Amino acid sequence: MTRKEKKALTRILAAGALLIAVSIWKPTGYIALAAYLAPYAIVGWDVLWKAVRNIAHGQVFDENFLMALATVGALALGEYAEAVGVMLFYQVGELFQTHAVGKSRQSIAQLMDIRPDEASVLRDGAYVTVDPEEVAVGDVIRIKPGEKVPLDGRVLTGASTLDTAALTGESVPRSVGEGDEIVSGCVNLSGLITVEVTKPFGESTVSKILELVENAASKKARAENFITRFARVYTPAVVIGAAALAVIPPLFVGGWAGWIRRALIFLVISCPCALVISIPLAFFGGIGGASRRGILVKGGNYLEQLAKVETVVFDKTGTLTKGVFQVSEIRPADGVTEGELLESAALAEVYSDHPIAQSIRRAYGREVDRDRVSDVKETAGEGVTVAADGQTLAAGNEKLMAALGLTAQAGDDVGTVVHVARAGRYLGRIVISDQVKDSAPGAIAALKERGIRTVMLTGDGKAVGEAVAAKLGLDEVHAQLLPGDKVDRVEALLAKKSPKAALAYVGDGVNDAPVLSRADVGVAMGAMGSDAALEAADVVLMDDDLMKLAAAMDVAKKCSRIVVENIVFALGVKGLFLILGALGLANMWEAVFADVGVAVIAILNSGRMLRGR
Amino acid sequence: MKKTFKLIDLDCANCARKMEDAIKKLDGVSDATVSFLTQKMTVEADDGRFDEIMQKVVKCCKKVEPDCQIVLK
Repeated sequence: MTRKEKKALTRILAAGALLIAVSIWKPTGYIALAAYLAPYAIVGWDVLWKAVRNIAHGQVFDENFLMALATVGALALGEYAEAVGVMLFYQVGELFQTHAVGKSRQSIAQLMDIRPDEASVLRDGAYVTVDPEEVAVGDVIRIKPGEKVPLDGRVLTGASTLDTAALTGESVPRSVGEGDEIVSGCVNLSGLITVEVTKPFGESTVSKILELVENAASKKARAENFITRFARVYTPAVVIGAAALAVIPPLFVGGWAGWIRRALIFLVISCPCALVISIPLAFFGGIGGASRRGILVKGGNYLEQLAKVETVVFDKTGTLTKGVFQVSEIRPADGVTEGELLESAALAEVYSDHPIAQSIRRAYGREVDRDRVSDVKETAGEGVTVAADGQTLAAGNEKLMAALGLTAQAGDDVGTVVHVARAGRYLGRIVISDQVKDSAPGAIAALKERGIRTVMLTGDGKAVGEAVAAKLGLDEVHAQLLPGDKVDRVEALLAKKSPKAALAYVGDGVNDAPVLSRADVGVAMGAMGSDAALEAADVVLMDDDLMKLAAAMDVAKKCSRIVVENIVFALGVKGLFLILGALGLANMWEAVFADVGVAVIAILNSGRMLRGR
Repeated sequence: MKKTFKLIDLDCANCARKMEDAIKKLDGVSDATVSFLTQKMTVEADDGRFDEIMQKVVKCCKKVEPDCQIVLK
């Protein structure tokens, strides 16, 4: 509790004790008024003061004014105990609201507690502790075990493991060594490392993320805007209703006191606070909760859209697949062993830097002795021939084999095929393809479970695209697309979906910025350290785990549900009490519950977004 | 130009909403948000007149919610 809250609590307790004492004493006449005015003043003086002050500033219809009017009205009608009680209850509610909202705010702040406070930087041969903002690009910093990585950089010396949970939600630590890029916001777990800084603090990963989450609150969801518009008309409408209730019926049927009492009850119920606080709180909590799991949502509006997603469009390379080429099949010809085939291929490709050559060497696994190879001859569009151990080796496509007078084996392989020949003999073929991400099948299954349609777009050939789609069980695949075609495809899918549903596009954020912005929700993957993705997307998954997509949707759904619950509950209860109040069936105590109680319950409901999975 | 300011003692969500409405209506302000939850205010306004506009914003907030202070850096 803050000092302010403690003070409020003391006033409430003092006024409460006095009220009880006075009710037991039961004075009459003017003594009673004076006796009740004491606790009333203790608990309510600031409300009265604010009401007067705000009216002087031209601010009518605020909650202070409403409470002041209602309680002064009750005093005038001789309902002293009610007046004090209503004010007391109102203050209890206010205290609770402040406390609950403060708590939520704190827990979100803790969630986002990734901002490093200091950096240990090398200056004139010694390490000094400075503010991370004072460190320049190219400076060398030292990070001890247990410290946060203050700036993005490259490891110069040492090896360690980093806890990236604050950024990615991933609990398995990542090991880093010399030459590895590391990002700020991680926690160094085991070893002492020195790091060369590659980005100023303002552009570091941690600054970008914090900026993004803080700005998220300013992008309001439709539900939030609805509440804002609603609150603008609701309070004046209820006050006008109260005025009408106080004046019009008694002109015909008389009984002024009774009707004024009903009007006062109207006023007590009229504050829209329950909605005005709890709806943004739900979205804010949702954004905070998601970021704890490594999902950055850039605004309440995107969280709202995410809950309505009906179609998810994936980019293939780098999103569903690793974007790294790997040997997927080794098919030796008759009488040739796999090892022999692979070794020959690795020897032939030893001088090449092509991704395919690299993947063959990786598959071979051992260091290839370059001295064994000479006379390297590369033919563009065909392959490479070399002399190795006195024999001619050739590795390339069917054309190269044909040029050597050999017939290449054919197969229905998916991917790039490299045929290998040695000394005029065909040895077999090696198939290299992009690998499906380990998390992809589970993620697609999880989306299907939620009734979501999955579509894949790829620039690759039909055979490759369809093979991946079949493996993952995607509903639809569009292959051989040029970058510009992807936007057209997404437009077509947008036109096809039902009007209330949303379409999400998932890409790596590197070269699909136009598509990301065209979709209702653009999701970028594996964004740790990638500025382009952080900027282009509406939702950013911090690591490569596709399962986060379903998790993000679950958070969004839960958030939407809580928002709807709060709107229905708050408006329902308030509407009911307005009717009961007008009919004279509700007393002022019940009206205060309808106002304060609803706000408290709605805030608690929104608070659920901050807890649990 | 868009700038973010910290707010101190903003303790009512409805007031935040009203502050936001009032600031948006000021001349030269193209957009504004007052977040009760982050206790921050973002103002987007003409570059040249920013300081002058901010003074109006401060005045305007004083009127709507006298307890709340804007931290101008």
